[in-house]
Amino acid sequence: MTNNLTNEKMIEVEDLYKQFGKLEVLKGISTTIKRGEVVAVIGPSGSGKSTFLRCINMLEQPTKGKIVVDGFELTKPKANIAKARQHIGMVFQQFNLFPHKSVIDNLTYAPINVLGLSKEAAVERAEKLLDRVGLTEKRDSFPNQLSGGQKQRVAIARALAMEPNVMLFDEPTSALDPEMVNEVLDVMKHLAETGMTMVIVTHEMGFAKEVADRVLFLDEGILMEEGRPADLFDNPQTERAQKFLEKVL
Amino acid sequence: MVDFTKIQDSIPYILSGIPILFQVVLVAAACGMIIGIVIAALKITKSRLLRFIGHAYTAIFRGTPLILQLAIIHFGLPQITGYVTSGYESAIIAFSLNSGAYISEIIRAGIQAVDKGQWEAADALGIPYMKQLRSIILPQAFKNILPAIMNEMITLTKESALVSTVGVLDVMRRAQVVGGEKALYFEPLLFAGLVYFVLVMVLTLIGQRVEKAMRKSG
Repeated sequence: MTNNLTNEKMIEVEDLYKQFGKLEVLKGISTTIKRGEVVAVIGPSGSGKSTFLRCINMLEQPTKGKIVVDGFELTKPKANIAKARQHIGMVFQQFNLFPHKSVIDNLTYAPINVLGLSKEAAVERAEKLLDRVGLTEKRDSFPNQLSGGQKQRVAIARALAMEPNVMLFDEPTSALDPEMVNEVLDVMKHLAETGMTMVIVTHEMGFAKEVADRVLFLDEGILMEEGRPADLFDNPQTERAQKFLEKVL
Repeated sequence: MVDFTKIQDSIPYILSGIPILFQVVLVAAACGMIIGIVIAALKITKSRLLRFIGHAYTAIFRGTPLILQLAIIHFGLPQITGYVTSGYESAIIAFSLNSGAYISEIIRAGIQAVDKGQWEAADALGIPYMKQLRSIILPQAFKNILPAIMNEMITLTKESALVSTVGVLDVMRRAQVVGGEKALYFEPLLFAGLVYFVLVMVLTLIGQRVEKAMRKSG
């Protein structure tokens, strides 16, 4: 719980549908996420939770429905998606660092080339972020010289270097060796404490319970249940949520 | 009997075909590179029509013999355009167009071999498409592309012998001329073969170096 909740809407998802060919992955999802809220998205694999997340910044084009982030409607025809994405940070399961760029260049490339920051300003910002994720000494390393946990911390710092209003996490610890999961979760926990709006697709139920303000349970493309972690984890209302939680808790 | 002393005095004549060979290969590789980049760009666009044009171009030039393409350009086209090209010009045009088709495939495959997560990460940061391509994707694709381009250069070096069919005095043609003059074919042709072989070996060695360097930069 982060107590950073406001009443201001940050993300509005309205009647979201997504189809891949004939496969219907999302079947009408609606929810509103407030500024400063930390939302964990859980559910069995294939439930559509990653697709849901990827629709928020339009990495997947929704088949139908409306997405509004910080007052900007991304689903509007001819919306400037690239512009909107500058304010929506994303962290991937597979890190997706740029392998041909050093850590510092990974962090400064987009601020310089997209936001138009001077090199000095971008480097200063990047160095502060590296300090925040505890990787100052890796400043000039290349991604292939880092452990998985370090890569993911750099990826978080890279997203933060754009000073986004929202951070999306797509199973950020699923590709990590178990001993590296905590270092990444710690960084995310600190981030949550700063009041960042976060949407996290995760299998880490303990983390969701501890850090999330709200948990969304998705199953078969439907938002089956949502609520405060204490309520949803200890007292799930739907049979599907009960069954799922029995398996993972 | 094989007797190389009989063509001894003709060896400089055959060797002097090397500069023209280099000219054809280098100019065609450079033009082919430009054509290849343009056609590869067409192939990865979202526009169906442009993609079709790119793929059709490649299909045509890969689907017909190079010697036929050269003949059409040299002997066929003047009939329509009224403009006669020299053998050298025809060769450059044919090799460039043909090489462009192969190089476009090399570049397309190199770009598409880059992990799609790289595009997504760049997308998510709001990086515009052309900058993604230039700063994020191409530098990574280059590693896949460069060794294959070296192979294309080797192919071009060997195929350049086809210019002998449109009267360009390259190594191949000169070997034939010597053969005709001396009524002695085996030795000059074998010598020409040695010239091509050495050139190809040198290019192969350079290619291996390049590949190693690429792998090191991991």
